[in-house]
Amino acid sequence: MINLNINNQRISVQPGTTVLDAAKKLKINIPTLCNHPDLCVAGNCRVCVVEQTGAKTLIAACSMPVSEGMDIHTNTLKVRNARKHIVELLLSEHRSDCTKCYKNQKCELQALANEFAFGDTIFLDLVEDHHYSIDRSSPSFIKDDSKCIHCQRCVRTCTQLQYISAIAVANKGAHQKISSFHDRPMSHVVCTNCGQCVNRCPTGALVEKTYIDQVWDAIYDPAKHVVVQTAPAVRVALGEDLGYDPGERVTGKLVTALRQLGFDSILDTDFAADLTIMEEGTELLTRLKKVLVDGDKTTSIPMFTSCSPGWVKFIEHKYPEFLPNLSTCKSPQQMFGALAKTYFAQKMKLDPSKIVSVSIMPCIAKKYEADRPEMRSSGFKDIDYVLTTRELAVMIKQAGLDFRNLEPSNYDSVMGDSTGAGVIFGATGGVMEAALRTAYEIVTGREVPFKNLNITPVRGMEGVKEATVKIEGCTADWKFLEGAELKVAIAHGLVNANKIMKLVRQGKSPYHFVEIMACPGGCIGGGGQPIPTSMEIRKNRMKAIYSEDEHMVLRKSHENPDVIAIYKDFLGKPNSHVSHELLHTHYTERDNY
Amino acid sequence: MYNVGNLVKELSEKHGRERESLMPILQGIVEKHNYLTDEAMVEVARELDISAAEVYGTASFYTFLDTDVRGKYIIRICKTITCSMKGKGEIIQTLEDMLKIKVGETTSDRQFSLIETNCIGWCHKAPAILINEIPYTELTPEKTVEIIKGYMQKR
Ligand code: SF4
Ligand code: SF4
Ligand code: SF4
Ligand code: FES
Ligand code: FES
Repeated sequence: MINLNINNQRISVQPGTTVLDAAKKLKINIPTLCNHPDLCVAGNCRVCVVEQTGAKTLIAACSMPVSEGMDIHTNTLKVRNARKHIVELLLSEHRSDCTKCYKNQKCELQALANEFAFGDTIFLDLVEDHHYSIDRSSPSFIKDDSKCIHCQRCVRTCTQLQYISAIAVANKGAHQKISSFHDRPMSHVVCTNCGQCVNRCPTGALVEKTYIDQVWDAIYDPAKHVVVQTAPAVRVALGEDLGYDPGERVTGKLVTALRQLGFDSILDTDFAADLTIMEEGTELLTRLKKVLVDGDKTTSIPMFTSCSPGWVKFIEHKYPEFLPNLSTCKSPQQMFGALAKTYFAQKMKLDPSKIVSVSIMPCIAKKYEADRPEMRSSGFKDIDYVLTTRELAVMIKQAGLDFRNLEPSNYDSVMGDSTGAGVIFGATGGVMEAALRTAYEIVTGREVPFKNLNITPVRGMEGVKEATVKIEGCTADWKFLEGAELKVAIAHGLVNANKIMKLVRQGKSPYHFVEIMACPGGCIGGGGQPIPTSMEIRKNRMKAIYSEDEHMVLRKSHENPDVIAIYKDFLGKPNSHVSHELLHTHYTERDNY
Repeated sequence: MYNVGNLVKELSEKHGRERESLMPILQGIVEKHNYLTDEAMVEVARELDISAAEVYGTASFYTFLDTDVRGKYIIRICKTITCSMKGKGEIIQTLEDMLKIKVGETTSDRQFSLIETNCIGWCHKAPAILINEIPYTELTPEKTVEIIKGYMQKR
């Protein structure tokens, strides 16, 4: 252990601990900007400077490891003045139009300015002479260089968590900027729209493209029937933006809030998640049969899940030769979208052209997905607007709802029923677990051999997880799988997806079925979730997802009554002709830059 | 046009495919072809298995690794203080008049580019320019005209 003093308080910490983390243990707050718990140390903003007795210059607390006998002061006059000047210098190049800024009141720079740098400054304002660019090309987010403070959280995110490096630091000096390849529009580069960078940007330089006003317009239009669906991960995170601690489930209040906001039908993406399991499970079993029994060389395994649009775009750009391995199933959002303006419209006797379909997602890549040209199977744009968890919280505040005191209520019917299997889609490993619960039962007629249906080997935060399920006691139809060992893998965060894809490319993958989600932790850690996020927060949300599952009466997709009904009344059976038309899709090879 | 794929392969064989080979490879391309086309940067990214944005980011940091279209002869005029005080303005004027382009532009026949650069270490003989690798110093408008005429005849 290393002993040191911070503000005259003694503390012993492990070697390698930073001064910043040691101070945290003493509950001493040191401001930071470039530092982020998910990312490596950058040490470029200098906001975290502190004074070390005997050292000539101030030191950066986030990057300085502790040493024996260190004597640190976080609040001297020298420190205060330095911080003030650092923030003022950042502001001298920053277009500070806070009242009109999307990040107003949610901005780390603004909070620091509020603490340290109010009033007159001795520095020149350099904003006027600067040609900043604003890139609105992506349907998912806006990149506004006039708000960028060059902390490089986004660059580190895209490289360390997502293995894409769609953006990098370009040019130098006053011209330095965060840039895509040769400054191309973000819509035309390898960016997956995952929004992990957006979730970590401390300022308004990277923000989701918001569709709040369009949704309000639809709600206020009496001619329109506004259908809303909510993704599983939203209900375990929305609370964070409304004053709850991470990990609080607010499902019932969420439904009531949507009703009070004026949405006409409050439905659940979980229904479509259950439907996805029926389609994708059947597709998997069909593929296995073709490969194992028929010896069909044109069928590809492992099969990859396809419900994460960031992951789909990643493989389109980086591993296009494996697109045939990607399940043809649309994501739950888009299955829901295709059905809202067909099946749901018929059932409810609504004119599909008068339906506005809105989805509330933990994700900003879903905005992009809804815009893909393939996503018009209903004859209309299947999903009209996608809002993030954060945007929904804004709407709830705009409407002045007293969220805490709302009476919980239930989803509407037809496409509102869900099971625990649909719920766990929101966490890494969840799709796999839901698929196994159903597929095993289809094949053997018995429940998966795990206590309480909890397939724990596929759960948790490890980057790549593996499991083997031995299939025994098959029913007559599935005899060819008797004794087979189904090998599965799960990855979350594209850096981990890439590890699996490398194996696959080298021909070394032993897997039959692989679940991949673009975001760390799965959708619970999505780019559209409340800010901040960290490992601890993601773990809390994950716990909430599994407890939501445990509290459900139905926990297997094939037992969802709305799913049973739709196959009976509309789709026929999984992978039927109608299913293929509405619920399945195809992919496009894209450039790797 | 040259086959950029072959050149990049050749250079990667020579310098290796590690991250630290990026600079020598980029320099190798520019040595032969004056500037880095998008195609060249994408090829380098592919060879080294890094992202194209990273290649561009690195290249754009260095004044001498151009990522925009450049002519056969790149004229770099020093814009730093000594050259400024010793008549840089006149030299720019002369060059712009002769080549019918402005600073930052390239002639339509892709022979000449005119760009500003920071101090090139010839302050004691200011004003100075570089044409590709060769420095020309203690310039006057007349001397500049002669030098450029020489290049125009070379083509
Ligand atoms: S980014 Fe932050 S500091 Fe800048 S204008 Fe927006 S709210 Fe204000
Ligand atoms: S949205 Fe995702 S892929 Fe695109 S730049 Fe941000 S982190 Fe990278
Ligand atoms: S865009 Fe945001 S995260 Fe990226 S460097 Fe600028 S301020 Fe930092
Ligand atoms: S937070 Fe320490 S240098 Fe930025
Ligand atoms: S100032 Fe021009 S060469 Fe140094």
